[in-house]
Amino acid sequence: MPEWEPVIGLEIHVQLKTHTKMFCGCESGFGGEPNTRTCPVCLAFPGALPVPNQTAVEWTIKLGHALNCRIAERAIFHRKNYFYPDNPKGYQISQYDEPLCIDGSFVVTGPEGDGRVGIVRAHLEEDAAKTIHVGGATGRIVGSAHSNVDFNRGGTPLVEIVTQPDLRSADDAKRFLQLLRQTIVELGISDAEMEKGTLRADANVSVRELGETGYRTRTELKNMNSFNHIARGIDAELRRQIETWESGSEVVQETLDYEVKSDRVTPRRRKEEADDYRYFPEPDLVPVEPEADLVERLRSEVPELPGARIRRFEQQYELSYYDAEVLNGSAALAALYEQVALDGIDAKAASNVLMNDFVATGIDPASVNGTELGKLIAARATIPRETFTRALTESADPEFRAETYLGDTLVADTAELEPLVDRILADNPGQVAAYKGGKEGLLGFFVGQVMKETQGKADPKVVNELLREKLSP
Amino acid sequence: MAITREDVLHVAALARLELSEDEIVRLTGQLNDILAAVGKVSELDLSDVPPTSHPLSVVNVFRPDVARPSLPLDDAFANAPERDGDLFRVPPTGAAEESSA
Repeated sequence: MPEWEPVIGLEIHVQLKTHTKMFCGCESGFGGEPNTRTCPVCLAFPGALPVPNQTAVEWTIKLGHALNCRIAERAIFHRKNYFYPDNPKGYQISQYDEPLCIDGSFVVTGPEGDGRVGIVRAHLEEDAAKTIHVGGATGRIVGSAHSNVDFNRGGTPLVEIVTQPDLRSADDAKRFLQLLRQTIVELGISDAEMEKGTLRADANVSVRELGETGYRTRTELKNMNSFNHIARGIDAELRRQIETWESGSEVVQETLDYEVKSDRVTPRRRKEEADDYRYFPEPDLVPVEPEADLVERLRSEVPELPGARIRRFEQQYELSYYDAEVLNGSAALAALYEQVALDGIDAKAASNVLMNDFVATGIDPASVNGTELGKLIAARATIPRETFTRALTESADPEFRAETYLGDTLVADTAELEPLVDRILADNPGQVAAYKGGKEGLLGFFVGQVMKETQGKADPKVVNELLREKLSP
Repeated sequence: MAITREDVLHVAALARLELSEDEIVRLTGQLNDILAAVGKVSELDLSDVPPTSHPLSVVNVFRPDVARPSLPLDDAFANAPERDGDLFRVPPTGAAEESSA
């Protein structure tokens, strides 16, 4: 059997979080009672004219910079013609052969080095309305009695990003999407939430024999609404294609849906006609020619992006790739780490506390005073564990000060602890005998008893020393 | 480049038009005449003229990202063939015509 190489490209749609829609002043974004965010433009009343949202254009350019794209000196909008009730004009305003952002690349960091994914283009278009299928079998399109349309989403700005077929595994595709998502969120242009549909991704999948040049027939995989489903969907389709080739058949070009329950892909009902969108330049809109100083200003507004920050954390704080990646799970957590780490605390210790204890509290890192948290972490060996945990859960309080908790010091005074240790040993003669007989693991039992009696306030180091001393033959 | 009967049927299908036999013949002729008339342009050497996507020399017309009032529901629905509560009711849509957006 030959060794097969997956060839995967992605098409990603990102809904921009502008205040208003792409071509009219209706409010955009999640929420609103059905059809309360409509006007003659987004309902396609005759004679209504679109005017592009300046912020949407600027954000697309910004994203283009983050994707290392060339920003077009001239871009135009096209009409993509198709009939469907989610599209009242009979065409979607999109971009075709002169998009805003062209020919970029995106670096995906990983524990074993960087992977580079080519970006074909990023262009701006308008989203479709939401259709709700009523009647018929539960929620299935086929057999519904009629459909209802809510135009609130119709006309909201959407960026489409198309990658080169540079991804070589389902996991790579997932990792790419996760890092791209975080980049988009940190650019502040979209919430990019898959479960809300503000980030959507389709995958173009094919396989070829290792070493083969050129590409075989690809299929388009849709209907995947989480990162895990995307990875599983791609894997299911890769398996199907490999089986198809190995059984002597050929893969045919088609659009498939991934069904989570059966972990299988199913073909969408074939259209009677092949796609024929008859693109032509949108006569109602004039060309976009971004001025050089605007393009440069937008470039300067791109913050340090998560991929680069992960690499910097590895070097600057000498962290493992894993730690650097977890700490960069959000810009706010990364910023908090840097505040804490700047205060001269052991970088690895600070990283452990943030990744484990702090993240477990569920507190928004942006609401925490990093300097105070740093002081608390520095002193954590001198205060009881419980106090430390309580301090972390209270760290979002604007009044949070490390010194509030530092008074609650551990009891390290041997004179104070010795009588207690003696009493516990006297109360547990069986365990003492067993320990002396070689069951040294019982030391933990005795430490635990002391901690219990002192409500966690005994310094574990001192207790350990005392116990060893008393139990030694 | 001549328009064939198949071209006419294809374009009619895309436009959701049902054509009679007479109309197919008539439209095939008319579309060919229109193409021939426009085709006059290709007699000129236009190799160094970029395609015109817009007749005006205006670029960069935008609006600020500021919300304006939307239509009251009754106005939005005024011309709708059918209304289902606050939703537009349309005939059932088949998967064969899945949205492409």
